[in-house]
Amino acid sequence: MKRWLPFEWIAALRFLAEGRLQTLFILGGIAIGVGVIVFMSAMLAGLQANFIKRVLTSQPQIQLIPPDEVARPLRRGPDEVEAAIVQRPAQRILSIDQWPKVRAEMQSRPEIVTVAPTASGSALAIRGDASRAITVTGMEPEVYFKIVRVPEYIVAGEARLTSEDILVGTELAKDLGASVGDKVNVTTASGRNRILTVTGIFDFGNKGANQRNTYVALRTAQSLLNLIGGVTTIDLTVVDVYAADVVARDIEATLPVEADSWIRTNAQFFTAVQAQQATNTMIRLFVGLSVAFGIAAVLIVSVIQRSKDIGILRAMGTARGQILRVFLIQGGVLGFIGSLLGSAMGGAALVFWHSYARQLDGSELFPLILEPSLFVVAAALATVTGVAAAMAPALRAANLDPVVAIRG
Amino acid sequence: MADVLVLDKICKSYNVGTPVETEVLHGIDLALSVGEFSALIGPSGSGKSTLLNIIGLLDRPTSGRLFINGQDTSQLGDSALTNLRGHTIGFVFQYHYLISAFTAVENVMMPMLAGRGWPDADMERRADELLDRVDLRKWRNNLAINMSGGQQQRVAIARALAMNPTLVLADEPTGNLDSKSADGVFEVMRQINRERATTFLIVTHNTYLAKRCDRIIEVVDGRLTP
Repeated sequence: MKRWLPFEWIAALRFLAEGRLQTLFILGGIAIGVGVIVFMSAMLAGLQANFIKRVLTSQPQIQLIPPDEVARPLRRGPDEVEAAIVQRPAQRILSIDQWPKVRAEMQSRPEIVTVAPTASGSALAIRGDASRAITVTGMEPEVYFKIVRVPEYIVAGEARLTSEDILVGTELAKDLGASVGDKVNVTTASGRNRILTVTGIFDFGNKGANQRNTYVALRTAQSLLNLIGGVTTIDLTVVDVYAADVVARDIEATLPVEADSWIRTNAQFFTAVQAQQATNTMIRLFVGLSVAFGIAAVLIVSVIQRSKDIGILRAMGTARGQILRVFLIQGGVLGFIGSLLGSAMGGAALVFWHSYARQLDGSELFPLILEPSLFVVAAALATVTGVAAAMAPALRAANLDPVVAIRG
Repeated sequence: MADVLVLDKICKSYNVGTPVETEVLHGIDLALSVGEFSALIGPSGSGKSTLLNIIGLLDRPTSGRLFINGQDTSQLGDSALTNLRGHTIGFVFQYHYLISAFTAVENVMMPMLAGRGWPDADMERRADELLDRVDLRKWRNNLAINMSGGQQQRVAIARALAMNPTLVLADEPTGNLDSKSADGVFEVMRQINRERATTFLIVTHNTYLAKRCDRIIEVVDGRLTP
């Protein structure tokens, strides 16, 4: 008999050991349940992280833009409108009013990590007889590349930008027949144009982006778009990507800018992520419940089988509280050991699935994320579930009348 | 000699307050003194087991008072009764009822363990002494299923003595044993009674064994015969 264990633990462990087959079956049930939860949680966390990484490394988390120009109705008196129909004005490319001040304020906010001013607008890329409509984005590479990680997507050349350089997508390069070192004529609608050198070609994995997006130095874009000293957007990243919308609304409330968060601009994607999270939560809940009912069922059977033992223990002076704890401990031990086995099973299944499931290009379908915290949480939740599930059988055992229990 | 047990007009009814209320014990008065070795006999259904359960504080009387070592138990709550039962009363049942998950020595340690909470060397030493007393020391590490009925019952006697109780209640302790084993078990109880002055109350149908007790208490239809 283990001297370092109290009576309740000794009795609980002996009862579990004696009902070997029963214990093994319920441990198997718990392990499968916990394994499913660990597998699903880790896989979905990986998939989600992958999706979010793809979205957030190719666009800012919050984009500040100047407010739309609005035509105000001409009024004759307080409630009298002169012109009944007000036509929406065409939106010119405008700079954010006092953007250095806005940038300074953004840099001072603790929830904002990176602030990158950009000047962007439409233009035409011409090379020889080929021409394509493009979006020119002028920026400061040292900060902008922290938001949109263009260097990570470069497939030819490098992400170097002087005032005479341009980075283009693979599709645009193909359409223009351009490769690294070639010159491209970039012309805007206002007639301004620059001859720029292709220093890098990127592949965002998105045909539209690879056709239209181009990157130049901020001053080059300002010159092309006739925005000397101005910027059209300020791009931001935040500490908590899921709080981006809240931060955006807060900025809108305090500054004369419009703030679009990635959550709004990718509403469908975000809805899909949330639906996935909700589904995952529901599956985990129901698997957890089935594990809890399994533990409760086995322990109720155990209480019935051990009613004579319980009666004897009560006759020998064992208190109701001690009997209660014996069965609660059994529930907790089953949950804990089952969770260890389940974590190992879920982890192994995830490693196998990660190596087996591949994307069309052979790259991994999702990054393998096996956080130790997932196992700790799984073990803690399974133990608590085990104790909670054991409550009803334990109360039944504790309340057994010793006379009836001994008589059977 | 001081009384270990005093029953004062103990009555027990079942289904109280219903049309089928049945009184099984009718005003039992009984006293057992220290070191008394008594047999409780009576036909089946006479109320012997009910009386034993009430004396063992496993059941409560409908009316009347019960004193253990002079303490009135009628006002005690469940935990106080459990505590009193654990420290003053030992039980031996007909079907041995050793806890099958434990070895012989662990079964004997069980009442001490339940009382003190943690096992210790002293507990194990005492359990070994008691197993020695019932001549089963070498079987100490055997599980109940690996022992004969007589051996299990001797372990149960050792277990009943673990807390050094003043009163041992035995419910047909030899009822499930062959005559040789029954004789051996009875002798062990008798010797312990003489050595330790432990009071024994033994429910039995065996008139031969009953006659070897100091006193025979007979219950008929819920009443003690004069």
